Amino acid sequence: MSGGDKLPVLAFPAPSPSRPRAADPRQLARAAEALRRATEGKATLGRPDEGPPAPGAPMPEDSFTPVGIPRGRAGPRESGREGLSEISRIAAPKDAAARRILSLHLPHFAIERWQRQAARGGEAPPEGTPLALALEGPHGPVIHAVNGAARAMGLGPGARVVDMRAICPELRTAFADPRADAAALQRLMLWARRWCPWTAVDGVDALVMDITGADHLWGGEAMMLEEIGTRLAGLGLTARAAIAPTRGAAWALARFGAARAICGAEDLVMRTDPLPATALRLDAATVQLLDRLGLSTIGALRAVPRPSLARRFRAGPPEADPLLRLDQLSGRTAEPVDSPDDPPRFAVQARLPEPVIDPVPHLPALADELCAALVAAGFGARRLALALYRTDGEVAQAQAATSRPSHDAAHMVRLFEGRLDGLDPGFGFDLITLAALVAEALPPRQRRLDGEAESAEDLARLIDRLSARFGARALTRPRPAPSHIPERQTLWLPALHLPPQRFAPRADRPLRLFEPPEELRVLYAVPEGPPAQFVWRRQRLRVARFAGPERIAPEWWRDRPGTRLRDYFRIEDHTGRRFWLYREGLLGDGRGAEPRWFLHGAFA
Amino acid sequence: MTWPPPASCPAPPNTPRRFAALRQPTLSEIFPETAPDAAAPAFALAHLDAAKGPVLWIQDRLSLRETGHPFPPGLGGREVLHLQVSRAIDVLWAMEQGLGCPALGGVIGEVWGTAPALDFTATKRLALRSEAHGVPAWLIRRAAPPELSAARERWRLGALPARPVPDDPRAPGAPLWNAELFRARWRAPGRWVAGHEPQSGELHFDHAVGMEAAEAARAMA
Repeated sequence: MSGGDKLPVLAFPAPSPSRPRAADPRQLARAAEALRRATEGKATLGRPDEGPPAPGAPMPEDSFTPVGIPRGRAGPRESGREGLSEISRIAAPKDAAARRILSLHLPHFAIERWQRQAARGGEAPPEGTPLALALEGPHGPVIHAVNGAARAMGLGPGARVVDMRAICPELRTAFADPRADAAALQRLMLWARRWCPWTAVDGVDALVMDITGADHLWGGEAMMLEEIGTRLAGLGLTARAAIAPTRGAAWALARFGAARAICGAEDLVMRTDPLPATALRLDAATVQLLDRLGLSTIGALRAVPRPSLARRFRAGPPEADPLLRLDQLSGRTAEPVDSPDDPPRFAVQARLPEPVIDPVPHLPALADELCAALVAAGFGARRLALALYRTDGEVAQAQAATSRPSHDAAHMVRLFEGRLDGLDPGFGFDLITLAALVAEALPPRQRRLDGEAESAEDLARLIDRLSARFGARALTRPRPAPSHIPERQTLWLPALHLPPQRFAPRADRPLRLFEPPEELRVLYAVPEGPPAQFVWRRQRLRVARFAGPERIAPEWWRDRPGTRLRDYFRIEDHTGRRFWLYREGLLGDGRGAEPRWFLHGAFA
Repeated sequence: MTWPPPASCPAPPNTPRRFAALRQPTLSEIFPETAPDAAAPAFALAHLDAAKGPVLWIQDRLSLRETGHPFPPGLGGREVLHLQVSRAIDVLWAMEQGLGCPALGGVIGEVWGTAPALDFTATKRLALRSEAHGVPAWLIRRAAPPELSAARERWRLGALPARPVPDDPRAPGAPLWNAELFRARWRAPGRWVAGHEPQSGELHFDHAVGMEAAEAARAMA
């Protein structure tokens, strides 16, 4: 059994004689060579049991024959498939090396993504500031990625932030977000399918593409690499790419070879021999072991007899097995690119024969059509976009979001209710599109038997409608935050994205909070407790009863130095109204002049 | 803002002491005596069943600025959905949407000042919708005279000196309110001292005995 038997036949594009490919003389010569060797190999191997089946001989049973297909009719097709798989199996060792794999390494993806995001938010540090992204380690933050300025000062991933601060005191740090990085890389992978459809994510900072048969669309491999480099540079990403016949070789050349390396099948050994053993995608322990054995380059490793390597390393996982990696690099063991499917896209449109002034009557049909597509795929929409195209080329857009996936057409129509009133129709709209920008899996669910609506679903729809009408920021839910300062204790976040959270009730907290706290003018101060009389909102209030003080100290880890403490009092005025006052600071605390008084809340 | 002094009528002898539990969900209005007082929302919240679901709390821009934002630790562990809108008519629209959702425990709307949109028809719509879906609605109207409205119950609410605290004679305790029901569809109007019962925490109404004397004393002070 050769290694080629493991190659899944499905990974190869089906030979389609109806669509001729552009003829590249080099490729043609290589293919002819491969075919010639394959036929020779078949003649020399000459296994008798794989010859063309004699007519009338019993067919070998296909384990994947679907139930219901008559055996007799399956005959001729079976024989055809048998012949095809035979060719591919015999040609496999050569064919694996005849593919063209592009490895795209993004060495500074995390930091470049962070910088791009910071620049978009307008808080990018000035050019030349050393910057590092850190991750929590067992002994404090550890550097995850650094920018060019920090790299020039000798900083690198893996070091502790405190140590690096000693080298470079002006180092700015932020926390890395590996999950967001992975999501961004996933999006980049989908975007990169513009160059070649067979694209997959490779690790945390690389993409891999099977560009066999796709390079001529970009004018050849060199032009394709240039196009990729230019486009990614436009996105602010540093990229190193290499093309080689195998995935292992492309990986190695993208990281350790020359820039934009293109390696053919014939010079594969020559190009990869001088590369270090790390280029074989081995883990650090194995590389260190090989180094101790004196095998520091791929060439040195290749010179070792296979049985010795197999005996020493074969039991481990792939990243600890130099022989397997060597075989993958040279094409002896196939390593197909497993490209995930495109996410489903849901969009419908209505082309109107005559421009209309009011697009609303067309919405229910569009929503029905979109929901049918969503239901068929088992999805629900989380974000909807409605685009109205005017006859004179203007486009009006409206978006709506839902707090849980939905494929309810009536609900979708209600989300756009009232949103289209202010549109200027001009001479009318002639094209309406409705798309689910974000869709999530929504498996079919059993409704309640008594036919009553489910309360959670009702509430989600109410939240959607209110958020669609007034904006997601208008409808909020409280979330407890870890702080003692009353105004920081509650974060009001959009209800569209936040599940309900309970607060522990406290009897000594007011029902309402004034934001910001309103300053009082003290008329009659007393040595202890709140002022006996004060003016608030041009009203004179007299304190009848009070409770307190309750001291809330500033949070030194967040507040500016010099922030004063607060002494809170619950007071009741002479008419029975109850308020929450505080004094900011103490007399003689060295943090400013006379303490000031504020009214912060109102009790029931 | 002045309106005629309430006719202090003693509660009829058969008035239940706790009618919060017996109430049908409907639309009620509260007119607080002083605007920045937090008695009105507390009185409305005391009528709502916390276990039934979250409270949709809608404030227009002026109410939010003048009377502050709800503070969750002081709400007694209730779940709140807060909506901030700019106009009174948006408060009405949002209340109407909320009243169609039986998953809500109640809807509180706050409107500042006189609002032409808040007429008899609009309040009638709210009341019918509230009764149809079984969601109680409370409309808190500040700085506005009690004009024509279809609200089934209309309250005027003011703060009263709190209950004493046994351990600290100088501290205010559990709150008390002067609750005047000046128009009601299902029962006779009246005037009570409302507050939470110290043991059970339920809302209950006491006869306003000596209220005039207390008010006179307050006016003199």
